[in-house]
Amino acid sequence: MEKFVRREGLVAPMDRANVDTDAIIPKQYLKSIKRTGFGPNLFDEWRYLDHGEPGMDHSKRRLNPDFVLNQPRYRGATVLLARDNFGCGSSREHAPWALLQYGFQAVIAPSFADIFYNNSLKNGLLLIRLDAKAVDQLFRETLSSEGYRLAIDLESQTVTTPGGQRFQFDIDPFNKRCLLNGLDEIGLTLEHADKIRAFEAKHRERQPWLF
Amino acid sequence: MPARTLYDKLWESHLVHQEADGTALIYIDRHLVHEVTSPQAYEGLRLAGRKPWRVGSIVATADHNTPTRDWDKGIKDPVSRLQVETLDANIKEFGAKVYFPFLDRQQGIVHVIGPEQGATLPGMTVVCGDSHTSTHGAFGCLAFGIGTSEVEHVLATQCMAMKKPKAMRIDVEGPLGRGVTAKDLILAIIGKIGSAGGTGYAIEYAGSTIRALSMEGRMTLCNMSIEAGARAGMVAVDDTTIHYLKGRRFAPKGALWDRAVAHWRTLVSDPGARFDQVVSLDAAQVQPQVTWGTNPQMVTTVDGKVPDPKEEKDPVKREWMERALKYMDLKPNTRITDIALDKIFIGACTNSRIEDLRVAAEVVRGKRVASSIKLAMVVPGSGLVKQQAEKEGLDKVFTAAGFEWREPGCSMCLGMNDDQLSPGERCASTSNRNFEGRQGPGGRTHLVSPAMAAAAALAGHFVDVRKVS
Ligand code: SF4
Repeated sequence: MEKFVRREGLVAPMDRANVDTDAIIPKQYLKSIKRTGFGPNLFDEWRYLDHGEPGMDHSKRRLNPDFVLNQPRYRGATVLLARDNFGCGSSREHAPWALLQYGFQAVIAPSFADIFYNNSLKNGLLLIRLDAKAVDQLFRETLSSEGYRLAIDLESQTVTTPGGQRFQFDIDPFNKRCLLNGLDEIGLTLEHADKIRAFEAKHRERQPWLF
Repeated sequence: MPARTLYDKLWESHLVHQEADGTALIYIDRHLVHEVTSPQAYEGLRLAGRKPWRVGSIVATADHNTPTRDWDKGIKDPVSRLQVETLDANIKEFGAKVYFPFLDRQQGIVHVIGPEQGATLPGMTVVCGDSHTSTHGAFGCLAFGIGTSEVEHVLATQCMAMKKPKAMRIDVEGPLGRGVTAKDLILAIIGKIGSAGGTGYAIEYAGSTIRALSMEGRMTLCNMSIEAGARAGMVAVDDTTIHYLKGRRFAPKGALWDRAVAHWRTLVSDPGARFDQVVSLDAAQVQPQVTWGTNPQMVTTVDGKVPDPKEEKDPVKREWMERALKYMDLKPNTRITDIALDKIFIGACTNSRIEDLRVAAEVVRGKRVASSIKLAMVVPGSGLVKQQAEKEGLDKVFTAAGFEWREPGCSMCLGMNDDQLSPGERCASTSNRNFEGRQGPGGRTHLVSPAMAAAAALAGHFVDVRKVS
C-alpha cells in the first residue's frame, strides 16, 4: 500500500445520496481475477452511453456528456465530494480499487457504509467524514469555482479550502498509522502469531466441535 | 458478572488481543469462500509466500457466476469460467474443509449451503467476502461480510482486525398477519430505520415475533441486515435453532452434540443487558411490502402508493427520490397494485430455501402465470433445496403454472451469469437489492416476498397476496 501523507488536488462533486457499490463498479467487471484495470469502469453505467463489458476498449465508448466526471473541468480530479451513505451495498473491494485506479485519492462525505469504509482504508483510499453542513459548503464552493482544490493533511487530520478555511476530521489511530506508513496489516497481525496460536488451543478445548 | 448481550458473549469469546485504542483481533471459526471475492486474496497470499492459517475453517463454493441451465454445456462466458476455474485451482492448491464446485449436486449459494450443511454453528464467528454473510447470524453467530483484503487477512491469520461495532436491538412483538413473512418484516424494518440506520451497529433481532420465526425466516431477516446498514445481524439460540441443526452433515454428533447444545443454550442476551440503541415494532402493523425505488429503504405497503417527491422537504432526499422514480419509470401516487411486471424472480440467498419455495408453490398451485409475464423463474438456493423441492413435487407445481425451474446459484439476484433483465424490464424479485442495474443494466427491480412474487406472476402486476384465494 502506498503511503498517504499530504495531498492536494482537484475536487469533483458527486451530488447524490446513497451511491451504492453496484453503481461504483457494475457486476460484470467483478469477474476479473486481477486487482487492477478497474479505473475505466468506475461508475460505468452513468459514465458511458453504451453498455460496457469486460475486455472492451473502453476508450472508444461513447461518454455520457451529462455525467459529472465527464465534464472537462473535473478532469484529473483526485478528491471526490459525496453525500450520505456513500458506498452502501456489496462488499466488493473492486469499488475502492476502481476509485483509486481512476485517480481518486480521497472521498469526502457526511457518512460511508461500513464495509466500504474498511475496504477503502485497506487500499490507501482515504475516506473523510465531515458534517453535512461542511459538505454542503464544499459542494457550493466546488460548483461555483472552476479548478477548486482542497488540501488534505492526514497527519493533522485537516482539509483546507483554497480560502484557508480548515475542517478537522476524525480517523481511527490504527487506520491512520497504517495509512501514514503504508503498513502491511497482515504482517502486523502476524506479530501476534503466538497469541493467536495460544487462543486457538484454548478455544479448541472449550468448543471442540468448532474445529 | 454483569448482564451481557449475545453479541458481547460472541465478541468476548473470540477476542485474541486488544490494542489500547480498542482495535481487536477476533478469531474466526468459519471462513466461507466464493469465486468473486477470493482470487485476489489468494494471489496476495501467493505473492507474500503465505499459507492459510487453518484450512479446516474454509468452506467454499462457486455460486455467483454459475449458469442456471444447460449445466452439461459448462460456463459459456470465458471470463466467468476463468474465475470459477481459478477458485478450483486455488482450493486445490491451498485446501478447504469442503468445496462444492460448479456441477456438484450440493453446490449452491454460499449463504444457503453453510447452514444446510451444518457448517454454520451457534457461537461461531463467520466471515465471507460477501456482504450477506449477516445471514448466518440467525444461528446465534457473529457473522460479518468482508472485503478481499480482509479475506486475505483471515486466510493468513485466522483473525479479523476490527473495532467492536455498537449494539442495537430490534424488538418485534406479536404474531405476523396471514400472508406476511420475514421478508416483509425486514423490509418494514429497513423502511423504518433507513438503509444507513444500522451503520456502525451489530443488530440483535428479539421479541416474540422473532422467536416464532423458523430458522429460514430468521435467515431472511438477518440476510438483509446489511440493507439496513449493519454489518451483522443475529438471533439468540433456542429450540428452533437446535432442532434445525440436529443431524446435519457438519454438526457435532453423540456426546459432543450434547456438550455443544449445553453451550449453545447460553447464547442469549442476559436480562437487563445494555444496548446502545433499541428499536421496537409491532408485528400486527406489518403489511406485505413492495419496494418502489432504487434502494431497499424506498419501500411501501402493497396497498400503498408510489410517494410524491414534492412532499419531501429535504432537498438531497427529494432529488434522490426523483432520480429513483425516473430510473424506475414510475409516476408519483401510482398505486402499487397498478404496477405491471415483465419478469418474476424467485431465488437469491434471501429467499431461495425450501420454505420459500413451498410458500410460493402454494400460491401458484393449479394456476397460470399471466400471459403478459415474459419470464417467471424459480432458482433454488442449493442442490439440496432443489432435490427436496423435487421430492415434494414443487418443481411440477411451478412448471405447470408456467415458471422455469432452474439449477441453483445467485442467478438474477445480480446477473453475473446469463440471467438478467433487459433494459427497461420490470421485475418482482425475492432478492435483497434493488439498486440501479443490479439485475441487469437498465433493469427495474421491486423487492418482495416469495408469496408476493408468486401472486404477482399470476396477476401480471402486484396484488395483495392476502386477497388471492
Ligand atoms: S444471492 Fe445475491 S445477495 Fe446472495 S450471495 Fe448471491 S449475489 Fe449475493
